[in-house]
Amino acid sequence: MQVFVVADNIVSPLGSTTRENFDQVLLGNSGIAKHENTTFADAPFYGSIMAPGQLENYTETYKLAGYTRFEKMVIASVAAVLKDTGCSLSDPRTGFIVSTTKGNIELLEQHTTGALPLQEMQLFHTAKKIGAYFKAANEPIVISSACISGLVAILTGSRLIASGKYDKVVVTGADAFTRFVLSGFQSFQAVSAQPCQPFDANRSGVTLGEGAATVILSNRPVGAKFLLGNGGISNDANHISGPSRTGQELAAVMKLAIEGSGLTPANIGFVSAHGTATLYNDEMEAKALHHAGLAETPVNSLKGYYGHTLGAAGLIEAIVSMQAASEGVILPTKGFETLGVTMPVRVSNELQHHKVNHFLKTVSGFGGCNAAMVFTRL
Amino acid sequence: MNSELAYITGSVVIAEHQVLKNGELLWEQDRNADLNAFLRAAYDQFSGHYPKFHKMDALSKLGWLAAEVLLKDIDNSAFQPEETGLLLSNRSSSLDTDVKYFETVKEFASPALFVYTLPNIVMGEISIRHGFKGENTFFVSERFDAELMSAYATQLLATTPLKRCLCGWVEVMDQQYETAMFLVSNEPTAQPLTAGNLNAIYQIK
Repeated sequence: MQVFVVADNIVSPLGSTTRENFDQVLLGNSGIAKHENTTFADAPFYGSIMAPGQLENYTETYKLAGYTRFEKMVIASVAAVLKDTGCSLSDPRTGFIVSTTKGNIELLEQHTTGALPLQEMQLFHTAKKIGAYFKAANEPIVISSACISGLVAILTGSRLIASGKYDKVVVTGADAFTRFVLSGFQSFQAVSAQPCQPFDANRSGVTLGEGAATVILSNRPVGAKFLLGNGGISNDANHISGPSRTGQELAAVMKLAIEGSGLTPANIGFVSAHGTATLYNDEMEAKALHHAGLAETPVNSLKGYYGHTLGAAGLIEAIVSMQAASEGVILPTKGFETLGVTMPVRVSNELQHHKVNHFLKTVSGFGGCNAAMVFTRL
Repeated sequence: MNSELAYITGSVVIAEHQVLKNGELLWEQDRNADLNAFLRAAYDQFSGHYPKFHKMDALSKLGWLAAEVLLKDIDNSAFQPEETGLLLSNRSSSLDTDVKYFETVKEFASPALFVYTLPNIVMGEISIRHGFKGENTFFVSERFDAELMSAYATQLLATTPLKRCLCGWVEVMDQQYETAMFLVSNEPTAQPLTAGNLNAIYQIK
């Protein structure tokens, strides 16, 4: 069965619609800025964070007293796609998937005295609260598979439609910028002192970001601009916090996605890589691109525009890439200047106008997980 | 829905300080023992030769142990690494370790704890131990969703390179814990992979 993408939205520092976001990316603008904010860290740091009042501005027409920042981001993004399409989560044939790594973990930071608000920090609890806001007929399915969650959520939604369980699935993903995550990446010495520089010789780590993004998947092509191709997930079985030494496991799912879609590497217009700008991730991805026959294919990373948005990353980057393919452009990799991986790959460093029929989205994350999926323009 | 059937080839339930394999009690401990002491004793009983175990958080230890017991005496050599996948779920994600990690942030953030603040790390630990390179996805739900688990595992076995899948529930929050882990495949057994059969095993403890 064919599964189509019929609507999409991104809520991020770069805007509250896909169009606003894409226009900013086309202009080369980034959500990343230097912050001196002791809520998140004692020393100055770079991050892609919504400005004070920005999220409130996006959500002022909704009644969201008693909702957290995380919940507001998700609601703003889901409400936008439902409004665009007239879809409703109260339809029993419509499923709801929520992808996140840390959900309401900000509550742990805000807590001062008394018992911890454990219930409110449970991912299923926040997802149910969001589902209830939209009067969802089905219990939300929560996916928390580290940094690959967003793409895994799209793949899972696609399969649940293919199996006949649902006709439509609303797939949303989000993570908020938190001290919790920033301190963790800093403890690994994995945060860049400059805005991140994916695949660059001078790259020195990630820049974190925040955002929410949503797609509606459907078994009917009405209003669709993209068809979902095949996708796959793999595990490195090597290390819980470092990527594969060979890239073979990511390459395996790249091949699975391409071949399973009835395509060859020559059909892929560009690869939207994970490109976190850590030394090891980008090196592993370059090796994987070679193993999968994609060394000559333009590749970009969108982390220079959004930072690493964790559970939203796969969704945000797939949506921006769909927009780029629709408009016949291959986006440059912001922050990239000089190739800094041992296996040469064609990192896109300027806006190219090029017809793109298919692109490949890939992600990798802690726990040794990788995912890849083909998107086909209609 | 997929017409192809899948089957349960084995199960392990660890709860209330008891370890059950395929419905039979293998080992038990005094129920007053604290969770970490129980996990350590279970490790000594069922493994004893995997030092990395001691670095894991409680969620990973529990899932790792269940997989260890479940896969004992099973010949893995008949399968390619990418033919075995993992589909796990729980209620509390990694919240138990999240709270412990954030305690360290006030003084000196612990990278050793931070890496366990994701629920899918337990799948990484099991994959490393057994060399599994297939699909892995972690779901979070209020209760064990036997319906999703049985239908989705069946679908993966029918439509992806997976020939076997470890699926189930692995939950830790403070001293509260339980796991029910299943090995499922297309190889026929007396137990078809159905929500009813998964729930019957999950509830035997």
